[in-house]
Amino acid sequence: MKVTLTNFDKAFENRIRLQIMSVLVANESYDFNSLKELLDVTDGNLASHLKALEKEEYITVNKSFLGRKPNTRYVASALGVQAFKKHLQELENLIRQQKV
Amino acid sequence: MEDKDLIDEISSIRNIMERSTRFISLSGLSGVMAGIYALIGAWMGYKLLYTGYSTSTNIVYDEAIVNQLFLLAAAVLVFSVATGLLLTVRKAHKKGQSVWNQSSQSLLLNGALPLATGGIFCLIMLERGFYVVIAPCTLIFYGLALVAASKYTFGDVKWLGIFDIALGLLAAAFPGYGLFFWAFGFGVLHILYGTIMHFKYDR
Repeated sequence: MKVTLTNFDKAFENRIRLQIMSVLVANESYDFNSLKELLDVTDGNLASHLKALEKEEYITVNKSFLGRKPNTRYVASALGVQAFKKHLQELENLIRQQKV
Repeated sequence: MEDKDLIDEISSIRNIMERSTRFISLSGLSGVMAGIYALIGAWMGYKLLYTGYSTSTNIVYDEAIVNQLFLLAAAVLVFSVATGLLLTVRKAHKKGQSVWNQSSQSLLLNGALPLATGGIFCLIMLERGFYVVIAPCTLIFYGLALVAASKYTFGDVKWLGIFDIALGLLAAAFPGYGLFFWAFGFGVLHILYGTIMHFKYDR
């Protein structure tokens, strides 16, 4: 059965974006390379999804250096956490509706 | 979106949250090996203590024996850590997971604080001749380290920690039987735990 997606967050339509958000909600912060390995995606792909989330102001970016290596860490913003929770709630509601 | 997709979506979120926070390449077999080393060490320690010297007391005073026991314990530790590292690296490779990632770093960082505190504390006590606190303290601090680290790996590790803490407290209540509590906590419990982990997660 098809369900409507009217209440869904557009930013989370893409599964990778939703997964990125899941990781950042579960952890204080996460770095680019660990994210890449965890989600098994390419650099460019991950970067573009991170950009999109950043544009929504769902995540913030901290750039620093570990020795000479750049270390970019991502943190979920309060707005992002809220949106993520709402999205999960929506998923749950849908499942509940379909069970009835 | 079909409803099966919805459930898939939610389980993928769950899965990724689990995997991002927990290091799951810890090898169960390495627990068994650590337990075996500890039992061998305890047996050698027992020989050292109770044969040759016919002391009537259970409490250790002789400094030469203490030094030998210390070296023995250090050897057990080195062998256990080396085996653990080796088997864990191998398991991580097999699973295509990297060994040095955010979750393993959190695991080590959180475990290291109680462990290092306990280690330094025991060394100070050893230096000052308070031999009777060594067995309970190593067990208690090791248990605390496991509980602290368990948030970043299999939850079962917490139980091993709690049992070790309880054993440590018992060892404190019964001074002179440190070696037996030690053999049980580091030997028998590790073998038990490692076997459970091996059958639960490694196969």
